[in-house]
Amino acid sequence: MPLLEIDNLSVTFQTAGGLFTAVDRISLHIEPSEIVSIVGESGSGKSVAVLALMGLLPWTATVTADVLRFDGQDLTTITKPELRKIIGCQMAMIFQEPMTSLNPCFTVGFQLTETLKIHLGMNRAEQKRRAIELLELVGIPEPEKRLSAFPHQLSGGMNQRVMIAIAISCNPRLLIADEPTTALDVTIQAQILDLLLKLQKEKGMSLVLITHDMGVVAETAERVFVQYAGQQVEQQPVKGLFARPHHPYTQALLNSLPERSNSRILPSIAGIVPGQFDKPQGCLFSPRCHYATDLCREKPPTAGPVEFGNALCHYPLADGVPTNYPQEVRA
Amino acid sequence: MFVYFLRKLIVILPTFFGVTLVAFVFIRTLPGDPVMLMAGERGMSPERHAELMAEMGFDKPIIVQYGLYLKQLAGGDFGTSIITKQPVLKEFATLFPATIELSICAMIIAIFFGLPAGMIAATRRGSVFDHTVMTSALTGYSMPIFWWGLLLIIFFSGILGWTPVSGRVSLLYYFETVTGFMLIDSFLSGQEGAFISAMSHLILPSIVLGTIPLAVIARQTRSAMLEVLSEDYVRTARAKGLGPMRVIGVHALRNAMIPVITVIGLQVGVLFAGAILTETIFSWPGIGKWMVDSIFRRDYPAVQGGLLLIAAIVMIVNLVVDLLYGLINPQIRHTD
Repeated sequence: MPLLEIDNLSVTFQTAGGLFTAVDRISLHIEPSEIVSIVGESGSGKSVAVLALMGLLPWTATVTADVLRFDGQDLTTITKPELRKIIGCQMAMIFQEPMTSLNPCFTVGFQLTETLKIHLGMNRAEQKRRAIELLELVGIPEPEKRLSAFPHQLSGGMNQRVMIAIAISCNPRLLIADEPTTALDVTIQAQILDLLLKLQKEKGMSLVLITHDMGVVAETAERVFVQYAGQQVEQQPVKGLFARPHHPYTQALLNSLPERSNSRILPSIAGIVPGQFDKPQGCLFSPRCHYATDLCREKPPTAGPVEFGNALCHYPLADGVPTNYPQEVRA
Repeated sequence: MFVYFLRKLIVILPTFFGVTLVAFVFIRTLPGDPVMLMAGERGMSPERHAELMAEMGFDKPIIVQYGLYLKQLAGGDFGTSIITKQPVLKEFATLFPATIELSICAMIIAIFFGLPAGMIAATRRGSVFDHTVMTSALTGYSMPIFWWGLLLIIFFSGILGWTPVSGRVSLLYYFETVTGFMLIDSFLSGQEGAFISAMSHLILPSIVLGTIPLAVIARQTRSAMLEVLSEDYVRTARAKGLGPMRVIGVHALRNAMIPVITVIGLQVGVLFAGAILTETIFSWPGIGKWMVDSIFRRDYPAVQGGLLLIAAIVMIVNLVVDLLYGLINPQIRHTD
């Protein structure tokens, strides 16, 4: 049984300019102890999707899903207090900005022991012992001293380690890491990723890694979901994705990796992710896709077969070449 | 922390000096002088007037008078009232508890209602409650104290007859002054009804005096809370599975309190200013009323000394607030 099942999750926001669909019918199945990555540019709705899962979106958001199930529990019908027993405990999350994600007014110890008290009902002595153990586990030197430190006294990398310690404090079955390394130095990024992978292996938890960094994906994930403008455009095991991308967007993402480039100019994908007011009529990627035909511009594609990574494309790529591509355009 | 305290203390000294100058000059720029006011309508011959002025040392050049005053202050002497012939410090000490009692009660009302009102308004932004609170706060803030006080007296004392019109306690009761705080003294006296009487005398003036601070605190709490609620660490707190009471009441409130504490400190000055009007309306025998009376009598030493002492208290309160600020916000504490 999958640990997490999401079918057709959509999130719409009420904005001053009308309804905006930030996440459009995405599906995600995660097995226990699996590492899954969600990739996509900024604004593709990766964070919104997991925040919806955790119930952390503001009231302006409307979340709908056919299936939203964690560990057999239906999250669509669950009450808020019941959900609060799961999040932070069974299902935990770390965020992009370690420096602002910790409360500046409370010590590391206070913020770390809070979950232990609330979810596990530990007494003070147990809390302290476990907190020290957790800080040791995430590689913070002198853990006992650090308990009384405030977040501003620690570096970004150290704060992210504290965030990880908080997230794993109740031995979650699922850890969601939302761009955990984006705000950090490159050397620290690698350390934090290694730490996450080490903990994932030790604890046997599932890990969802949200990132826009294909390099991070290659190093960590087993399966990859590619998201674009709120839609899931492709999903594949990591090896297949890097070797044979099926969606033109995935291909373009991979082509823009510096190490894959042999030209003097870094390749990039021209244009930006469409927002609320400039959504194309057909395929959302069509304005930036160099395979786009009139059909792409007029009619939204449907998800392709599994062998094509469910690619949301009229002409999914096979070995880098679009299939069923109209002859006259290619010429 | 100690250095922080010391630095704040050093900043206070020039302010204190400035207050002596302002108080000294201000009272002398008013038309008339104490001798003329004592003589009243009968008037006085210019010779006798000059003689009396010289007796009190008001004939010397103003700069010399100021020098003498500073010298006197340096010796810890706040002067003697021209009218009552009592040391200013002693008069102040006798009347001060009444003002403090009133101010504390006003502040308690302001914080007790203002803080939760602002918090709830922020968490239910745009709701009917939010609009009601913000409109009432603006109304309360804009209301002239003397008018508001009279309205309450007319309604609660005049029409409903629930509260007494003025004074600190009913004349039926007499007891020794122990602390100067009527609530405590009446309680200690053990006389039946004395405490209730003191309470009922205190309630209206406290509401009147507390209205502006209440409005300011409610508005400040709301805006600080709104800002904090959109912070990443509030999302983190919710992601931990904490309930809304804990997220708002602990994680958000602690951060939102930083600007609110500052405002509360500043309101202490407003309270003393408001006390002057409130005490006059309710015949409350505190320093506010005493200051007004002293100004009317051109009692130079009393006005100078009173202003100086009030200023000193406001400054000390703000110093304490600064320290509290450091306690609440660890970033301040550690950068100094």
